[in-house]
Order: sequence, then structure tokens, then C-alpha cells
Amino acid sequence: MRVLVAMSGGVDSSVAAACLLEQGHEVCGATLKLWGGDGDSGCCSVADVDDARRVAQQLGIPHYVFDMTEAFSAAVVDPYVAAHAAARTPNPCIECNRRIKFDRLLDRAERLSFEALATGHHARVESTSEGGPHRLRRGADPDKDQSYVVSMLTQRQLARVRFPIGPMTKAKVRARAAELGLRTAAKPDSQDVCFIRSDEGRARFLGGRLSFHPATVFDATSKLPAGSVPALELVTVGQRKGFAHGPDGTRRYVGSVDPVARTVVLGSVGDVATDRLELVAGSVTWTDEALADGARAVAQTSAHGRPVACTVELRSGRSAVRFERPVRPVAPGQTLALYDASDPDLVRGAGIVC
Amino acid sequence: MTARPAVAYLDHAAATPPRPEALEAMAAVEADGFANASGSHRLAREARRAVEEARDLVAGFVGARPSEVVFTSGGTESDNLAVLGTLTERTGALEPVGAVCSAIEHAAVLAPMRAAARGAARLLGVGAVKLTEVGATPEGMIDLDALALALGPDTALVSVMTANNEVGTVQPIDAVAGLVRARAPRALLHTDAVQAAPYLDLAEVVGPCDLIALSAHKLGGPKGVGALVVRAPHRVAPILHGGGQEHERRSGTHNVAGIVGFAAALAALDAEREAEAARVGRLRDAFADAVLASVPDTTESAPRRATLPGHCHLRFARVEQEELLMLLDRGGVYASAGSACASGAVEPSHVLLAMGLDPLEARGGVRFTLGRTTTEAEVLGAVGVVADAVARLRA
Repeated sequence: MRVLVAMSGGVDSSVAAACLLEQGHEVCGATLKLWGGDGDSGCCSVADVDDARRVAQQLGIPHYVFDMTEAFSAAVVDPYVAAHAAARTPNPCIECNRRIKFDRLLDRAERLSFEALATGHHARVESTSEGGPHRLRRGADPDKDQSYVVSMLTQRQLARVRFPIGPMTKAKVRARAAELGLRTAAKPDSQDVCFIRSDEGRARFLGGRLSFHPATVFDATSKLPAGSVPALELVTVGQRKGFAHGPDGTRRYVGSVDPVARTVVLGSVGDVATDRLELVAGSVTWTDEALADGARAVAQTSAHGRPVACTVELRSGRSAVRFERPVRPVAPGQTLALYDASDPDLVRGAGIVC
Repeated sequence: MTARPAVAYLDHAAATPPRPEALEAMAAVEADGFANASGSHRLAREARRAVEEARDLVAGFVGARPSEVVFTSGGTESDNLAVLGTLTERTGALEPVGAVCSAIEHAAVLAPMRAAARGAARLLGVGAVKLTEVGATPEGMIDLDALALALGPDTALVSVMTANNEVGTVQPIDAVAGLVRARAPRALLHTDAVQAAPYLDLAEVVGPCDLIALSAHKLGGPKGVGALVVRAPHRVAPILHGGGQEHERRSGTHNVAGIVGFAAALAALDAEREAEAARVGRLRDAFADAVLASVPDTTESAPRRATLPGHCHLRFARVEQEELLMLLDRGGVYASAGSACASGAVEPSHVLLAMGLDPLEARGGVRFTLGRTTTEAEVLGAVGVVADAVARLRA
């Protein structure tokens, strides 16, 4: 099979390419140039492109660099900035997967007559039978599982997507890279948002692109003002960092941010916890068969968050999940991934929190 | 998989296959002439003799005096030395001087010009500079009316390439020089002749220029060597400091083998230049005509009468150059799309944008450049690969 591998210059996609080659596929590597600005981490830096190119050379496969900076700005960076202005907190890596890697790049791979697109995500695609439904599962390494960030994939995409290292632990991936002598074998995992320089941070990145507004902080129980923040755009629902403990010594969390009234509500976990999250209309996708209204599932609201049992509510134009126990509030804009109630590795679908 | 067709190397503007004469001359030097040409013993003297013989040849090729030839590491260094070395000599701390270049210059000219204008070359001694980038016509020629307006008595440096690297258009150097001498009598005129060297009679064409940049690997020589001609009595301040080689204009141990290979390539080229230009021009016309006939919605970016004989820049509507180049590569046809950025991605062509095209149109552009080793079978084979690839991408 002719397979295009998206190579970020990290160890996971390096080994993904190597695995495909071992399986006898005709493999070609591509690195996406996503950001024209001066980000220094993630998918876009020149040093990472060099690493990807060198790995491709070592494996003996062709390698190309695709300039997707315009699409990335329009589909990921601009919405990221706009969302913060509206006090929402999207996950740009998920948006990049949704709009760039598993959309534009997948289309391009098809035009270039590749039968599949592979990435180095720690997730697994299983095909029950030839042409049958393709199932999306958590990666084999529970600490590195990335099924959450690809939970929005549907059958159309899953039929053409490969995650070669999904069955491997990270340790095994690194060991394989070392065996092959790949220069990425000991390279640290990327952590940050690729278009934000780590020495600059989110505040300076956003500060150059939108205006910050001060907001009054209210206490969730007393409803009284309890201070202020200089930029409500930098406050995330669920955040606790930067806020003092309450008078009773408990940790305080942001329960809500209102960009119009310019208020932030702060409370103890009990004050701000929620047992129901509404999902943006039209944002819900299913990997295969849709869950039924009232079905039980397991929800995860961050890349490595703890899965919580829930019931899905799917009524026309209004979708939500009701948790079996209250959870810390989740920032609007975040993705909620749904897993099967009885097969907790199986991804069923995803939606975006209102 | 379908059988791989014969390879067509249509990227001569990026790098040329080295001429056998150059390889032989270099091998001889590497074997016996390894000594440092700045030394005084016999072996060093022999190395120096090889450098000076090469200098005589290069000087003759461009109609300069040997003492005016500065050997460098290639076109980029030559352009940087011309721009920054001249501006260092001609700027002061107070009044800004004018620098003028065409908007379709190679990055090796544009980048040092812009660096100087924003004050980033101060450490080298470059003072205040006001830069004007002169636009291009839709046919890829410098806009002479705009150039005339940009020139003035305070203009210190003008840079206009002899021929454009992307679309191949030969610039009206005579007319440019006429305007410069009339309107900016104090200015030096620099020309990047890297692309033009294999095809034009440089001694004639760049006659009116004060500074001329050349690169060996664009004319059948090795990579990593080139020259800047600095006509007397003009001076350039060095940007590399050290042992004071090349009359204090460019320090660094001479790349003797490279310099010898450069000169050998030039000598071989000079002997057959006119016949080769005619032959390559015929092949280019055959290729362009065949592609235009077999691929609908294809546009030549510049009129053939105005371009170097080896250049064929085509734009394919509704096609992304990145995708086309990949399919061509798979089909054994090696072409390119102008310049690449640091990561290796294709950058939107500043040349096409300066010619008034919108970014979408520019993204459909691919540069095919023929050269000394190009054969008729090669270009005719490439036509089918191009047609198939474009058809697939438009399907």
C-alpha cells in the first residue's frame, strides 16, 4: 500500500514511518510547515523539519515539506485567538487534527494517490472486517494515550488513517528508534502549543493579537466581589493556578467567566463542580454508530484527564452529557471525548463543550 | 507501480551538472595542489598560480581586470559583499543614503538590503539606509518609470539582476545603467549575473555595471565558489575578516580546487555558449509548446523573447505547486517552484507577486529549467509526465 506519513520530527512519527516500511508498504514522509511566525516548538520549527528529513533519509524514503501556514492560521490560530476573546479555551492541537491533518492533508494524500495517511499518534484503528467499520481505540500505553486528540475522527477518515505505533508503549517506541539509530530516539516529547514560543507564553502571544480586559472576581458562595484579574481573556474555566486558597484553606477554582459582564466566579471545588455539560450544537461526531439518547458512556474532557461515567442526552439540536458524579468545570471550547461504557478503550465520539 | 520513465532533470537554474572539464581540473588540484595559496613555498606558489590563472579567466569572461575579481563562496556571499560592502563604504551615521533594488531580486540581494535598511547591519559598519524596492511589470521586467522615480543624488547603491532566477526574464541593464548614471551619478550599480552567465555575453551585457555577482554551480562548476567583480576604483568593505586574502576584500583560505573548477567550467562554457544557447532555446520552445498544447489552462509566466533560453516558468490553474512537484518527482521529472524557505517548504513567490499575480495564481507556478545536458528525449518524455500529473490533480 502507498502510505503518506505525517512526520513532525518527533520520535513517534519517526517510528511510525519505520513500522510501515517494515510492514512492506511504499512509504513517503511529509512534514507540515504550519506556522509562519516565530514559534519555537512543536511541528513547525526548522530544526524539527531537519530531524524529520534526516529520519526519512535514514529510512530511505522520500520526504517533502508542505506549506500549510495559511490554512493553519485561518483554521487554527485565528479561531484560537477569537475564542479567547470570547472567554472560550479551545485545544489548538485538536483543531489542527480536525481541520488540517485529517482534513486538508488527508485530501492531499488522496489526490496524490496515497491509499492511507499515517501519523505518530498513540491510538489504534481496528478494522473488524474488510470494508467493515473501523474502530478507534486508546493507544496501548495508558500514559501516552492520545485517543482524546483524535476522538473527532469518523468512518470516512478512519478508513484511510493509520496509527502504526498505537499498539506500542512509548518505551518501546524509543527503543525501536534507538535500534534503528534514528536521531529522534531520545528527543523530548513536544509539550506546548506549537505556534506559541515557550519563552514568550500565551499571554504575550494573545496580547499582541487581542485587547485584554480587566474583570471583577466574585466569590461563588458569598456572591461578593473578591478581587480582580487584569485580563479575563487569560482566565480559563476550571483553572486554579494563580488564585489564592479560600478562607477555609481549600483550593479555589474558576467556575465561570463572563466576557460581557467582565466577571469571573471563583469557588471551592464543591461550589463550582458541575454534573452536566452541554455540547455545541452540531459539534458532536461519532466514530461509527451514534449513541442513543440516554445511553451510558464514559467521558474525558482533557488529553490526560480522568474518564468519568456519564449518560448522554441527545435531543434535537441539544446535546449534553450528565455525569454520575460532579466534575470540575470544563472550559467552553474544550473537546469532550466519549468512550464506550462497557469497552472503555473504545472511542465512540466527541463534541465541543458549550 | 507503473514503470519509472527516464529521468528529466529540469532544474538547471537550481544547480547544473558539473562539466567534466571542471571535475578533471578539480581532481588534479585536490591531488597535488592542496597547499595553502597564501603561503610562500613552492607548493603554495603552485596553488596560488592556479588561483591566479583562474582569476584571469573569470576576468576575461566578464570583461574585467583580474584585480577586480574577488573569489567568494558563491552567489549569496557575492551579493552580500556587494550590498553590505558598498553600503559600509558609502553610509554615514547621520543622513540616510538611498539604496534601490528591483522587487524581483534574489533573496541574496533583497535580504541584505532589507537588513541594512532596518539597521541590522550596523555591526558591519553600515549606516542609515533608505531602501526603495522597485516593482515589476506583468511581464517580469523592472518597472523603469518607477526606477527613475526612485533614483536621486543621494542614491548610493542600485541592484538589478541581469536575469531573474524564477521566470528567467533578462532585465534591461543598459537602460537601467542609463537611468542610474543620469539620475544617481554617485550610485554604484550591482548586478546579480548568476543565472545569466551560462547564456549571455556578460562582457557585453554587464559592461556598465560596477559590481557583478557570479556563482560556479549555476554554470557547470562546483558548489561553494563564486566571484564578485568590483570595478576599480570602487571599494567594498569586507564582511569576513581574517587573513586579508583577496586584497583585504574577502578573508579566508582560497578554495583552490573550487576556484579552478569554476574557471574550467567558464572556459568550456565560453567556447560553446552561443551554440548552446540556441540549442537549449529550441528544446525549451519545444517543451513549452508541447505542454501548452496538451495541458489546458496553462500560462507562460513571461514572454519567451524576454527570457533566458533555458527558462520555462508555467502556471497551471487549479493546481498546487507542492502537489504537482511531488507527482513530477514520482514520475522522474525534477523541477522546482522558485525558492524554498529554511524548512524546505515552497514559499509564495515574491517574483510572481511583484508581477501582479495573486497568491492563488502564484501557487500554481512551476519552474522548468533546461541546460547543457538536456536532450530532446528528456523534454519530450517530461511533457507526458506533466500532462498526466496535472490531469490527476484536477480530477
